[in-house]
Amino acid sequence: MAHVHTFDTIIVGAGGAGLRAAIEVAGHGKTAVISKLYPTRSHTGAAQGGVCAALANVEEDSWEWHAFDTVKGGDFLSDQPAVDVMCREAADSIIELENFGLPFNRTPEGRIDQRRFGGHTRNHGEAPVKRACYAADRTGHMILQTLYQKSIKEGVEFFNEFHVLDVLFADGGECAGVVAYELATGELHTFRAKATVFATGGFGKMWKISSNAHTLTGDGPGALYRRGIPMQDMEFFQFHPTGIYKIGILLSEAARGEGGILRNSENERFMERYAPTIKDLAPRDMVSRSIYLEVREGRGIGADKDGVYLDLTHLPPEQIDAKLPDITDFVRTYLGVEPKTEMIPIQPTAHYAMGGIPTDVDGRVLRDAGGTVVPGLYAAGECACVSVHGANRLGTNSLLDLVVFGRRAGKAARAFAAEAALVDVPDEPEARTAEMLASIKAGKGGEKVAAIRDDLQVDMQERAGVFRTGELLAGMQEKLAELHERYAGIQIDDTSERWNTDLMEAVELGFLLDLADCVVESGLKRTESRGAHARDDFQQRDDANFLKHTLAYRPDSGHVPRLEYKPVELGRYEPVERKY
Amino acid sequence: MKVTLEILRYDPATDKAPHWESYEADVDPMDRVLDALHHVKWYTDGTLAFRRSCAHAVCGSDAMVINGENRLACQLLIKDASPEKPIKVEPIRGLAVEKDLIVDMEPFFDSYRSILPYLMHDGPEPDKEIYQSPEDRERFDDTTKCILCACCTTSCPIYWGSGSYVGPAAIVNAHRFIFDSRDDHADERLAILAEKSGVFRCRTAFNCTEACPREIKVTQAIQEVKREILYRSL
Repeated sequence: MAHVHTFDTIIVGAGGAGLRAAIEVAGHGKTAVISKLYPTRSHTGAAQGGVCAALANVEEDSWEWHAFDTVKGGDFLSDQPAVDVMCREAADSIIELENFGLPFNRTPEGRIDQRRFGGHTRNHGEAPVKRACYAADRTGHMILQTLYQKSIKEGVEFFNEFHVLDVLFADGGECAGVVAYELATGELHTFRAKATVFATGGFGKMWKISSNAHTLTGDGPGALYRRGIPMQDMEFFQFHPTGIYKIGILLSEAARGEGGILRNSENERFMERYAPTIKDLAPRDMVSRSIYLEVREGRGIGADKDGVYLDLTHLPPEQIDAKLPDITDFVRTYLGVEPKTEMIPIQPTAHYAMGGIPTDVDGRVLRDAGGTVVPGLYAAGECACVSVHGANRLGTNSLLDLVVFGRRAGKAARAFAAEAALVDVPDEPEARTAEMLASIKAGKGGEKVAAIRDDLQVDMQERAGVFRTGELLAGMQEKLAELHERYAGIQIDDTSERWNTDLMEAVELGFLLDLADCVVESGLKRTESRGAHARDDFQQRDDANFLKHTLAYRPDSGHVPRLEYKPVELGRYEPVERKY
Repeated sequence: MKVTLEILRYDPATDKAPHWESYEADVDPMDRVLDALHHVKWYTDGTLAFRRSCAHAVCGSDAMVINGENRLACQLLIKDASPEKPIKVEPIRGLAVEKDLIVDMEPFFDSYRSILPYLMHDGPEPDKEIYQSPEDRERFDDTTKCILCACCTTSCPIYWGSGSYVGPAAIVNAHRFIFDSRDDHADERLAILAEKSGVFRCRTAFNCTEACPREIKVTQAIQEVKREILYRSL
């Protein structure tokens, strides 16, 4: 039975960016948020340390310094006009969150308190600056709860546990809506809309050691990629330095912002050698590489000697309880280690996609290197690539990205929906999705989804992780060919209609495989080292050839994407060597 | 190590009644019960249905009854789940079972929405932050930690017995705004909670406090709301 819903604006995903967009659109035409999870389950809630803005509440700061840090942190791949937008609108966006009800920590004067974070400096790199606004180490939780609460207040309509699997386009190329699978019933729904905003988050479940939720499988970007939208800068994926050893659960950079330090097996504070000025508060790509180099030199710790220690033992216990309560609880729960008296074993963990759906600063999705706008289609948050984070995102800039560009995408979608006419959806809009699901359910090839996913994660960790080489990436590309072949032979146990999470895990794996193709091919062709993309065989940044964004398109045949490039938009800051 | 999981399974579409099924899983003592459930789902029986997302006790998806207690499957380690005996896993109580460990969360979120869970600050829209002293911020800190997992509400005997009681989680979230110095509409929430379905249904069984994976002092929060209603009525 066909279910067709018609809205002015639909928003896919109910994390920070989706909810922020929804709040902007609420009350202006018929609006719905469609999410595969209950909104409060979204992974924005797992963000810990802070959201930055140059409020200058505790010390001198300026949005231009923030912009410089973001561009330098991104190894000069960021589009500088977009960075200016984000940093200029930061203060207002944070104040607005506070006004919505967000319970930030406070200064003695009652203002929003701020603390240090990696890569954020005063006056172009002189010293760390207190720019991160925070609520203990559960800032993301507070943002997610506050935005959900505000969206209840604004009367936003939700379709919870509806999994969007396809995007619809009219003959003229305009976005016409989406197709979603209702988990409770197994029925397909067509959502027609004038404006469609994607805010589906990242795809960090491609790697074995990951801070990401099980549900972060890149469904939004994956669905768009299959419909011909390119994926931008997919080779740049951030490994956060401090994941819990072997498990990957995030331990916020706030631990180092509050004074924590990293030590190798010889008890040495090794970051003093790699980043003499800001040491343990260097950007994440540099710290993760430094950890790998220590491990390679034989100074690693842990069962496989592939981690290092995060040391908080010198911090006052009351400071740990007040400022880092959650992460220290994670350490106690999952490692049985007491952070007040023992050092914490950590290792880099797959964390954040700098790349994704190409957009402009209003969240409008761009379909090619020439910047052609797809009418009616928007994206914001981790699934999008504006690009503000360039080749490496600074800590606290992701939560800022959510609120700034969630709001801008919402505004733009609202304005578009107010003017545009509803476009026709294609005949039998659900046919392609129905066919995909039927074919998975009918599969008799005997391949297990979990086994393929395990192989993907293990191999991506080894071959497309913190350090890469042409050989490793080419090997991964061959491996992906094999995994795609095995995926064609998957067989699932559950063929029922209701709550078929077996079927959805199979679909999610398909999206992960397609996006892994983009990560690997984009990385293979970028024969330089920049930000999070570190090539052992090309160790220098190569601005002459690679000061440009990668666009990966789904190929007509085979699995290897077709690549195009577009120039980086520079601004006030000329690329220089990145030292801290 | 090998553990046995006994899981209460039920698909209302095909089963006459819930029934126990037993599974073996090969896990590490430091693994989470969620890992064991995944082991079963991924390699033994893909039809097993449960919710999960973050896997480290911040998203609130995987509340279930484990060995008789409300727990998050991602927060309880195998070594702490009496692994020498079968680990018994059931859906949380008081909400209709949709399939296996998945329950209908709508009544729970309806209660949450009923207590006006959002800041209502009167006066002109400020163009800067609404000031709040660290002490005023601390006043409601405990109840900001709620992740809406429903462990507390579905451990409450009053909630099991009466579908109309708003339950501990809704009161915790009301507390979060009632005691926020920036909010000007505590009276509206207190009026809602003074009704028959509100706080005075609580019989201080303390199940909620014991069940909370965030260690929120739930019963205390409920008592503070009760007291506030009484003070304001004097």
